[in-house]
Parts: sequence; structure tokens; C-alpha cells
Amino acid sequence: MCWAWAGGLPLAQAWMGKLMVEHPNAAIPAVDANLAVNQNAVEMRGIVKRFPGVLANDHVDFDLRPGEIHALLGENGAGKSTLMSVLAGLYKPEAGSILLHGQPVAFNSPRDAIAHGLGMIHQHFTLVQSQSVTENVLLGLATPRFWLRLPEHDRRVADLGQRFGLSVAPQAKIWQLSVGEQQRVEILKMLYRGVQILVMDEPTAVLAPHEIEGLFATLRSMVAEGKSIVFISHKLNEVMAIADRVTVLRQGRVTAAGVRANETTIPELARLMVGRTVLFDLQKRPQAPGEVVLTVDQVCAENNKGRPALRNFSVTVRAGEIVGVAGVAGNGQAELAEVITGLRRCTSGRLLVHGLEVTNSPPRALIEQGVAHVPEDRTHVGSAPNLTITDNVIMKQYRHAPLAQGWSLNYTTAQAAAETLKTEYQILAPSVKTPARFLSGGNLQRVILARELSVRPQLLIAVQPTRGLDVGAIEGVQRLLLAQREAGAAVLLISEELEEIFALSDRIVVIYEGEVAGEVTEHDPEAIGLMMTGGKRAYAAPAGEGG
Amino acid sequence: MATTATAVPRRWRLPYRLQVDRRLEAPRWLSPLVSLGAILVALLLGAVILEIVGGDAVAAYAHIGRAAFGNLGVFSDTLVKATPLILVGLACAVAFQMKLWNIGAEGQFFMGALGASVVVLAPIVPIEAPRWVTIPAMLVAGMAFGALWGAIPGLLKATLRVNEVITTLMLNYVAISLVNFFVFAVWSEGGFQMSPTFQRAAWLPRLADYASQVPLFRGLTTHLGLAFALVAAGVVWYILYRSLWGFEIRLVGDNPRAAHYAGVNIVRNTVLVMMLSGALAGLAGMSEISGVVHRLQTSISPGYGFTGIIIAWLAKLNPLVVAPVSVLFGGLILAGREIQPAGVPRLIQGIILFTLIASEVLLRYRVRLVRVDAEPA
Ligand SMILES: Nc1ncnc2c1ncn2[C@@H]1O[C@H](COP(=O)(O)OP(=O)(O)OP(=O)(O)O)[C@@H](O)[C@H]1O
Ligand SMILES: [Mg+2]
Repeated sequence: MCWAWAGGLPLAQAWMGKLMVEHPNAAIPAVDANLAVNQNAVEMRGIVKRFPGVLANDHVDFDLRPGEIHALLGENGAGKSTLMSVLAGLYKPEAGSILLHGQPVAFNSPRDAIAHGLGMIHQHFTLVQSQSVTENVLLGLATPRFWLRLPEHDRRVADLGQRFGLSVAPQAKIWQLSVGEQQRVEILKMLYRGVQILVMDEPTAVLAPHEIEGLFATLRSMVAEGKSIVFISHKLNEVMAIADRVTVLRQGRVTAAGVRANETTIPELARLMVGRTVLFDLQKRPQAPGEVVLTVDQVCAENNKGRPALRNFSVTVRAGEIVGVAGVAGNGQAELAEVITGLRRCTSGRLLVHGLEVTNSPPRALIEQGVAHVPEDRTHVGSAPNLTITDNVIMKQYRHAPLAQGWSLNYTTAQAAAETLKTEYQILAPSVKTPARFLSGGNLQRVILARELSVRPQLLIAVQPTRGLDVGAIEGVQRLLLAQREAGAAVLLISEELEEIFALSDRIVVIYEGEVAGEVTEHDPEAIGLMMTGGKRAYAAPAGEGG
Repeated sequence: MATTATAVPRRWRLPYRLQVDRRLEAPRWLSPLVSLGAILVALLLGAVILEIVGGDAVAAYAHIGRAAFGNLGVFSDTLVKATPLILVGLACAVAFQMKLWNIGAEGQFFMGALGASVVVLAPIVPIEAPRWVTIPAMLVAGMAFGALWGAIPGLLKATLRVNEVITTLMLNYVAISLVNFFVFAVWSEGGFQMSPTFQRAAWLPRLADYASQVPLFRGLTTHLGLAFALVAAGVVWYILYRSLWGFEIRLVGDNPRAAHYAGVNIVRNTVLVMMLSGALAGLAGMSEISGVVHRLQTSISPGYGFTGIIIAWLAKLNPLVVAPVSVLFGGLILAGREIQPAGVPRLIQGIILFTLIASEVLLRYRVRLVRVDAEPA
């Protein structure tokens, strides 16, 4: 009985409002606070992890002190996720050792690691959509066994949430929650299991700015209770804001080990990550836009729940022009991109590409019209996980020569084309035959960009094109977008990164609750910020006429 | 029950328990090894059952081996059994590649047989027509009927999202009843549950037909259907792995949302793939009545359509592997007619399916035995 309850013990303590900081779990032998004071929470020594054709971690050392937030930085494919997956028991390293509070450990599974007080939250969440928050938190625990007694657990979850500033309704079903709220559920799951060391893989990549603030507050309250956190991110300003120390990986090796955040600078970190100085001055040549390529005229559309997502939305994009769509996530941006690319029906209004009516045309017709789409959801929409890189880059072009020969698909040509793109877009993978699911997040994004940009589109709909990319790659993608503009493509850039929108756009349209809240040509963050939160009448710019 | 279980502390526990973890990396050699292991375990389980009921497992297996692969004659019979299996195996493999769960190959098989019979018995081609007219006509009709039987669930799935598992399963019964109707009511020969024998021009040529030229072929029943099946395997392989259409099939199978985004017409492909699947099963039915039975009757299939599902999985949906796996199963079916107690090979077939499905877990999860006390809470 006693140890059947051990999993619930930390919770019981939390519930009684006691702060049992260093003794969260009966399972950890002697995590005595006094002993552990000078001891690292985690020490990884000489970790080597190989995948077929890649050395993902090459003798990596890493340490995490109790009560600190440690940022892990590195290029796409540098081995950050791999290193942390090794720590969390997902992968077994080929060499190296892991010490937890000075004790050597060898985890066989994530569950093992959690039992030792170490948990990891991955970029893709593992929640059951149809169940409630509490049910998800309890899922997989040994207790409660038969009687769920949900109201009681609802209360515990709510209390735990309150303690760490994770506001989310325990009875809400997961599908009703925003991405940010779902992330809070993942954190709650870990806290409920008494985790002392939390690893978060790119937690901010999916969050809106105000949600990031909330997450940081939670993380701070967690370290205040003595927990330790590893935080993977590509956003250097976030790292400077939240991290105590920083470790940088490059090509599987450590290039900076545990540098104090206040003793370094953003350019310095960028240089350590990519091995060269990253210049953030994009050369955007002034350029007169050409004819109108895309006309979105009074379009209405519904979201997945059947509620109005776009209300009489209008925008035009001309050749050689980048139009940015700014807005807080969930104001209809996703639906806008889907309507334009034929993935979602519009209930009223008209869509024209090059003056040709394409309202509710199938995706294929739009692809043939030269409309390229970098989708927001790269794993579920933008790629086929079990197919190879080759298959993924030819996904839209396979119907055309030279790939298609009669009814046959020429795989030799396809492979050669994929090899070229792999070099050109610096896709890091053992070979073009690697299945897409083995790619690191950033490299998968490069596969998608390679596919969409290499066809020289007439119109490019880019949704969050730099999400999850490292600083070097962001610069690269932004250059690519500008190159498309110079080549005469019309680009609609939908992004939640205001900086990106400012840096690239010729005009900026602000979307709020599915409507155009206003349009600006000069970079005026305050006006845009106001419009993004609904203050549209306060700043009535002459909408519609862009150029 | 439940309440006491939570309230009463558990004093005693097994010293070991199973720990199951999700596998992220499955080595390439694992999949064939697991399939092979599944077959071995099935044979072993079959042996245990045989011993328990008082049989002699070694003798039984030896007999199966001899009865199916012992000499050229029985091996030829095994190939005859394997012929429809290859075709239905391909039918299932094609549909499963697109994650269309066609379990209606049995019904499509019957429809194929019906289609081929219509050509002979209606009759559509005259009795005196030469073989090179009759056989192709039967082939086309058999495949068309099978394709039609596949198209119905395909259309329902594509347009109304009706679950194809249910529709294909139900259509099996409809097809079998339809064949029964024709056998009993329309083409019955003197009230027996079979049609008159087809004219010779409707028989697929057998190896034995050429015994006068090649003495080795004397008595060999292997017929032209085997060639159809092997060609079909090659064609299906080409479609899946070399054609534009196959690329679409694999793309939809792996991620329908990505396929839609890439402009693939999912509705059309659902119908077409179900039609191809049905046509292959229909061809199996045609080849069986034209090559073996030579008439339409009620008992033309010992569940070929369902065995095809097992074969497709065992072959990991690879059309070229379907053929050898079918030969193995053909041997089991053949031996089933010989051996006492009858039903042993069927038992083994059933167990193979069972172990196979169970073994899939090993590919996706790592299962280990851990000591309870060595394990932290
Ligand atoms: N399961 C796997 N099989 C094969 N290769 C893999 C696997 N997981 C990762 N890799 C490879 O290992 C390398 C490191 O990948 P990892 O996911 O750790 O990168 P990362 O630093 O997290 O990058 P990103 O910032 O893009 O997420 C990459 O080259 C990747 O392709
Ligand atoms: Mg990663």
C-alpha cells in the first residue's frame, strides 16, 4: 500500500500546502537538501549518441545546477533534442554516463526517468484530445486504480495549477484548449508526478508573446521552489531574459559550456551557434510592385468548430511585394492561408489569382496556378513522416516532367533533384532516403521550404516560415523570401513574429477576429499592437490601396 | 469488487512485471525477424495443442511437409492453391497501402467467379468460340465484377465517409448469396447446387495438357492462373513503387492531410484503389473457376479472401513477397485436406494470424521483464 501511493505523495504534500522542496519523491534515495547543496542536479559526461549516418552527440558534457534555468542552444540538427532525449530515458547513449544528484543512473524509459524526478516535455504534445485536463494528468499513473474520484483530483490539479501560475480549467477537454493551455497541461502532468528536473524542448516556439510571459512566470516560480529546468530555444532574446546559464551545441559538440547569461551577448551566442557572425541586416531593395497577383475579396470562412473565422476579409498582393499579416494567434490567420490554398472552403466572397477566379478551387488547381504554401503545421500537413526526403520534396511536382514519364515516376531523377535541394537548402540528414520523421524540427522545415520555393512560385503563402529555425537559418529563410520578392513573386507572409514582419514586409495588414483591423506601410509597432488587440477604430488607416 | 480492491492493501505481488515502452527506433532487421518468429511461435503453439489433445505433433508436421512440398505432383497442387491466394493477397496489400481496410476480398472473389460464369453460361460468347476469345472475355468480366464490388464501398467511403470495414464485410454475404441464387435458381444442373461444366474453351490450360510434348508435366494441375497471379504481382509492384498513381497511394496512406495539401484527389483515389483491389480479387475468382472447378458452384472458396488479409500482412504489404508467402499458405491448405485430425492446418493458420497481430506490438513497443523490487516505486 505504502509504495503504491508513492507516486501520489508529492501531490499530497502540495495539497497540504507544505513546501517539501528537496524531498519530492520517496523513490529518490537521499536527495537530502544539505548533501545536495553543492551537487549538480544533473551531470552528463561524455555522451555519445549515433544515428545511422549521423553523430548526433559527440562526447557531450552537460550539467544542471539545482534551482537554475539552463538554456540549451544550437543550430538545427545540432543534437539538442537528442541530448535531452538521452537524459530523459528515450534513447540509450552509446557512451557516457549520467549522474542525478551525484548518483549514477541509467534510465530504460521516460517512465523510469520520471520515477527519478526527471521529466521532459516534447515539442509535439502527447495529450488525449477527447479527455479532460485532469484525466490527462492522471493518465498512466498507478493510482488512482479503479475509482477515479474526479472531483477530488480536479481540485488537486487546480491547486497545483494555482501554485505555479498555470491557469487551466481541470474539467475542460483538451480539444477546447489553445496550444498554450495544452502546454500548461503538459507541465501540470510533470508537476503532478513530482518532477524536480524539467526539460522543455522549444516550449516557446508555439506560443504567442503574452503566453510566453506566462510560461516564464511559471518557470520562475518552479525554480523558486528549488526545481531545475532545461530550456531549449532558438530565440536568443528569450534565452537572455530567462536563463541563468547557457550551453551551446554545434554539430553534436559543446562550443560553450554553462556560460552565465549575464556574461555573454546575443551576437556572441549566435556566433557560437553557427560558427560565424550572423548579420541581421537584411538588404531589402526598394522596388515598385507589379500587377496584382492575389485578390482576396470579402472572404468569409468558418473554423473547424463551425464558428466564423474570417469575416469579409480583403487583401491584395502584387508581384514583387511582401504583404505581412500580423495578429495574435487564432484570429483567423490559419484559416486565411487555408482558404487561399484551397484547403478550406470559403462561405462567401471571391478569390482571384492573376485575375482568374479560383474561389473554392481544389488545391491541385491552385498549385498549377503557381501558388506555393509553407504551412503552419509542418508535421501533420506539410510532410509525410514515413516517406523519404525525396518523396517529400517531390510531393507537389511529381506530375510534371522530368519527374513524370508517362505513367511512371522517374525515381532516379527524383533522387538527383532531392540531392541538389539537400545541398542547396542545407538539409542535414544522412541521405535523401531518410524518412522525414527522423529529421530535426528545423531540417524538416527546410525540406518544406525547399519544395515550395524551388518551383519559383508566382504567389507564396508563407505561414510562420521561420518557426523552429536557428538564427542562421532564419536569416537564410528571410533572404530566400526577399529573393522571391526580387524575382517578382507575390508573397503573403503570415507571422506572429512582429520583428520578422517589420523586417520583410512592404505593407502590413493586421488581422483581428477574422477582420482587417487596419493596414500600415510604415513600421509603427505601437499602432500595430493596438490594432492586434482590437483597437481598430482608433487607427483607421486607408485600407485597400497598397502600392 | 472494485471498491474492495482499492481499499484492501495488497500484501503480495509477483516479483516481476512487464514494462512496455514505446519504441522510437526500430532496427531494419527487426520486422522480417518478427514475422518469422511469429510463424515459428505459431507452429510451436500448434504443436503444443496437438500434443495436449493427444496428437503427435512431429508426425503431423512431417505429414504437412510431405503432403504439400513432398514431390513435384503435390508441389504443383500447392501452387494451384497458392494461385488465388497470391491474387487476393495482392488485393488486400494494395488497399492496405492506402489504409483502406478492404476485408471484402472474399465477396469480390465470388463476384469475379460470377462474372466469369456469366460469360460462359448466359452465354455472352458462343459455346463454339475459340479459347483465345472465351478466356480473355472471362478475365475481363471477372475483373469488372470484382471491381464493381470494390467500387461500392469505395464510393460510400469517399463520398459519405461510411466505414469500409463494415461495408466490405457485409458485401461478402451479399456476394455469396448472389452466387447461391444463380447456382440454385438459374444455372442449376438437374437441381444440384452447381452449374453445368463449362466447355473446354473456358478452361485455363494446365501443365498436364502439354504432357504429350513434355512428359515431366504429366498429371500436373498447375494452370495459367499462376501466370496471371505472377504478372499481377509484378504489375502491382510497378504501380505501387514506380508509377505516379502508386506515389499518390503511398502518400495518402502515410498522411492524408499532406496528400490533400499536395493536391492529390483523395476521393478519386479511394474509389480507384478499391476498384483495383476488387479487380484483383475478382481475377482470383475467375482463375479459380476457370482453372480448377470448371463450373460455378457454392463452395469455391475455403475463405481465400480472409486468408489474403493474413498474407498481405505477413508480406508487409510488399507485392513481391506476397507470392512466396502464398505458397506457404497454399501448402497448409492443401495439407489440410489430407491430414487427420482435419483442421490442423486451419488451426495453425488461425494461430499464425494471432501471433502475427500480437507480434506487431514488438515492432512498436519494447517489452521487458523487470524485477519489481529493483524498480523504483
Ligand atoms: N530517430 C532518429 N533517427 C535518425 N536520425 C535522427 C533521429 N533523431 C535525430 N536524428 C538526427 O540527429 C541529428 C540531431 O537531431 P536533433 O533532433 O537532436 O537536433 P536538434 O538540435 O534538436 O535540432 P532542431 O533545432 O532542428 O530541433 C539530426 O541530424 C537528425 O537528423
Ligand atoms: Mg529539436
